[in-house]
Amino acid sequence: MAYRVVHYINQFFAGIGGEDKADHELEVREGVVGPGLALANALKGEAEIVATIICGDNFAAMHSEQVCAAVENACKQYQADLLLAGPAFNAGRYGTACGMVSSFVQKNVGIPAVTAMYKENPGVDIYKKDLYIVETGDSARGMGTAVPAMAKLALALLKGEQPSKEHGYIERGVRVNTFYDTCGAERAVTMLLKKIKGEPFTTEYPMPVFDRVEPRPAVKDMKSATIALVTSGGIVPKGNPDHIAASSAQNYGEYSLSGINDLTADKHQTAHGGYDQTYANQDADRVLPVDVLRDLEKEGVIGKLHEMWYATVGNGTSVANARRFGQEIGQKLKDAQVQAVILTST
Amino acid sequence: MATIVPISLSVGANRIIPTVSIPHPLGNPTLDPAAEKQLRRHLVEKALNALQTDVTEQTVFSGE
Amino acid sequence: MKLELHRIRISKLEFGSSTGVRNGVLTVNKDELEKFLLEDERLAGVSLDVAHPGESVRILPVKDAVEPRCKLSEGNEVFPGFIGDVDPVGEGKTLVLEGMAVLTTGRLVAPQEGIVDMSGPGAEYTPFSQTCNLVVVLEPSEEVKLHEAESVCRIAGLKAAHYLASRCKEAVLSQAVAADTVETFDAPALTEAMHAYPNLPKVAYIYMLQSQGLLHDTYVYGVDAKKILPTLISPTETMDGAIISGNCVSACDKNSTYVHQNNPVIKQLYARHGKELNFVGVIITNENVTLADKKRSSSYAVKLARMLGVEACVISEEGFGNPDADLVMNCWKAERAGIKTVLVTDEYAGRDGSSQSLADSCPEGNACVTAGNANMMITLPPMEKVIGDAPKADIIAGGFFGSLREDGSMEVEIQAILGATNELGFTRLGAYTI
Repeated sequence: MAYRVVHYINQFFAGIGGEDKADHELEVREGVVGPGLALANALKGEAEIVATIICGDNFAAMHSEQVCAAVENACKQYQADLLLAGPAFNAGRYGTACGMVSSFVQKNVGIPAVTAMYKENPGVDIYKKDLYIVETGDSARGMGTAVPAMAKLALALLKGEQPSKEHGYIERGVRVNTFYDTCGAERAVTMLLKKIKGEPFTTEYPMPVFDRVEPRPAVKDMKSATIALVTSGGIVPKGNPDHIAASSAQNYGEYSLSGINDLTADKHQTAHGGYDQTYANQDADRVLPVDVLRDLEKEGVIGKLHEMWYATVGNGTSVANARRFGQEIGQKLKDAQVQAVILTST
Repeated sequence: MATIVPISLSVGANRIIPTVSIPHPLGNPTLDPAAEKQLRRHLVEKALNALQTDVTEQTVFSGE
Repeated sequence: MKLELHRIRISKLEFGSSTGVRNGVLTVNKDELEKFLLEDERLAGVSLDVAHPGESVRILPVKDAVEPRCKLSEGNEVFPGFIGDVDPVGEGKTLVLEGMAVLTTGRLVAPQEGIVDMSGPGAEYTPFSQTCNLVVVLEPSEEVKLHEAESVCRIAGLKAAHYLASRCKEAVLSQAVAADTVETFDAPALTEAMHAYPNLPKVAYIYMLQSQGLLHDTYVYGVDAKKILPTLISPTETMDGAIISGNCVSACDKNSTYVHQNNPVIKQLYARHGKELNFVGVIITNENVTLADKKRSSSYAVKLARMLGVEACVISEEGFGNPDADLVMNCWKAERAGIKTVLVTDEYAGRDGSSQSLADSCPEGNACVTAGNANMMITLPPMEKVIGDAPKADIIAGGFFGSLREDGSMEVEIQAILGATNELGFTRLGAYTI
């Protein structure tokens, strides 16, 4: 029996109209529409496009929740095994909509999705981590190569095969575990011998690249500045009330410094599992210098120590989580009109 | 404020104060409590100084 | 230095009235071994259990794995500084009970002990689902403090492993039982090693040992590795247990004593020795908690490699996070000294695999082998039998609160599984970018 596929396209490729019809409300039609015909042919009878979802690009952008829910319902109603979306080429709103519905369906229906875009389509950066996005040309002139590539990738996913670079998708930048034929030590010595001989070899992990940010200007008036304390050293109230994990933290905590002039062993501890906790548990000021900042506050060296402190555990915690914590904490500190932050790390 | 400065540089920190040791960046358990607090105050003052210094690139405030 | 490993293949463990080996079955006198271990007054309780490959058994929290070994020849005993005296090992004849391990478990000494499943999806990730395991459940006395409890458990594991091999020794010496295999490893004097195989590239191994502090430690001849300068060690010494794990950091990439005894990088370098390369030395170095120590140790380790005049080296890491800085320093210092490197590490790329895998980076690290992403989630189904203490999974690194479900299944990162992403390259696990 052939696999069942639902296809998502915009108003333009459905032949309804261009920019003037971008508000076209989502509709579901049985069978193929527009590029679906070519896609259906490329699926060679192994999979069938059972329904097509048509949605104006502005409508998708304005009513994202409603559109996602409608696509989810259509996939369920038509018992889809996979969602195809696009190809969107370099159309930004269309690409973003294709990414949005594909990602949503994967998460909420549990079926794979395939979309296709030009590499500079803004939808790529947002969704490539979640999706297989076939790389296309920048306009519909690329339809001839996009369609067979999408079909091939879709069939691979439907059959449970692991797509490879040959499928022409945009690298997702996601690390996936696998069992190799040989143990790591054997692979290492083999790689070393190639490196010695000057033969080509492929590293299993290209060294990471990290973000850079512009330095902020200096604090002009420290005597009236509010200074906040933030740490990745896991200093939390005794009992770790927010259950911050000892490693690979999924959250951070926000705690009041009101009435606290010194961190003491009876009320504070570290939640960090990556270093010897003895010293931090004896005196958490060794990681989060509350005592000294209270002194400096009293002496008028700083204006004020911010009333809240923020803590997470930087032990195997992913950069993605750390970035999210940083953005949220940064926003809170900005809202509280904090001028500067001392970040301590273990 | 961190002990392993090369990591701070790799991940992109702009104002970096080298500290004592990973398990006790702002302390030293071998000192008596008064001396330990003085050490901590010295490090925090360096941090405040760094915050009051304009920088154009990643800077390690390693001097006194 | 020449070392012969006389291996007896163990295919089954059972309890009986007298400890000894027959037809691949190791019988253990439970009472005798428990009493022997309880001679340490710091232990309030010891109980023994066995687990075999394929059984519906979960063991946790596992602290260490040790392969039973003892000397057959005269001279110092294995595990120098703990069982043996502090004099050299790595020569003569050593008896190995292969295919089995002593796993120490019991009250948690840190929030980071490991899971060993003998069957099911978790079993694929731990090398110790493939060994017959004598599980030693240890209960240190109430008054024993945390750091001493680690030491008590560490030494109990070594004592149990040495006891088992020792009880089989007479039978081997009297030829009542024959070793299944005998393998000889030669580590010649440098004068000889330097002139051997003039047409082959000289290669060394820089072997990084976890030494971040109490509970995150490794011992060499009984010396805490944080106190060493990098030094040379004969590969045969590692086979006699010169390097001991006292490490309670994340279970997936801490090097248990078992993997130190059976270091796969050393094994692979020996396998190519005299054919494709000339394996001239092992340099051990540490991963300390101050920047000065990291700088000193990396410079000193690379200096030793230069003194050996090697063309290339394998560098293996232990742990993650700040040890990534040690790995990176070892790498670029070696490369800039003209020594080609391959790094063996593992990854913390987040549960979705999309974050940077290492905390530090250098352009010279262009040849890297990875043992996989430790943040990958896995669901471990319930097992019929649990040895150890299941609720502790809540505070195992890589698990999260509530990870133990009512039906006995667990959802954890593979970080919680013993040896899952071993950075000596012990297993076949790796990762790639999609």
